Amino acid sequence: MSTNYEDRPRGGGYDNDDDQDRRSMGRGGGRRIHRRRVCRFCIDKTDLIDFKDVKLLQNYLPERGKILPRRISGTCATHQRMLAEAIKRARNIALLPYTTD
Amino acid sequence: MDTQRQYEVVFIVDPTADDEVSRLTDSFKQVITDQGGTVTKAETMGKRQLAYEILHKKEGTFVLLEIEGSGREIAELERRMRVNDRILRYLTVRVDEDRRRAQKLKDRRARKAAKRPSSGASSRRGGGMEFAEAGSGGE
Repeated sequence: MSTNYEDRPRGGGYDNDDDQDRRSMGRGGGRRIHRRRVCRFCIDKTDLIDFKDVKLLQNYLPERGKILPRRISGTCATHQRMLAEAIKRARNIALLPYTTD
Repeated sequence: MDTQRQYEVVFIVDPTADDEVSRLTDSFKQVITDQGGTVTKAETMGKRQLAYEILHKKEGTFVLLEIEGSGREIAELERRMRVNDRILRYLTVRVDEDRRRAQKLKDRRARKAAKRPSSGASSRRGGGMEFAEAGSGGE
């Protein structure tokens, strides 16, 4: 099963709401939405991502419970690493699911 | 001499043993101090839903301890928690290194800001990326 992240309605924080520059590519089969992707954590100047911050982490966990890849969220490499670590810790202590059914 | 390390320990107490939470927490704190560590913070995060069932339990009481010590008290604490069947799950994370790193980054930012108070040029790096994307997505 492949989840098409681009087409899903977005409710989470990984959507950079403030960016208006969606544009579609005229060619090819599917229309691809381009948006400016900026690392949210860099903007907020986050140095530490706490595994107990469930509300924050849930934004990066789509309904299947998989970690949202950074090509979709736009998170920078450093912060994606911290995020992944935090999510894995949270899973271990049952704050977040490993998988949803 | 042993280096002082900081740890965060989170453990989940069986929801049916609600009245024992404070007693358990106190006994664990005692273990830490007996082993020469110090408990810098003890906080009950309250009862909450587990993301998945552990021993057929759907909720549990979360307790957070912040501990400073050599690491030997952690070994003893974990042994105690493993043996205790009121403890559904525990997680120990060493935090001093990450916190030091975060502090360093923060200090560096503060220094930079002091040097160039006029502009936030360093935070505008996204601007260049926007250009690159606009070029590739042109109609």
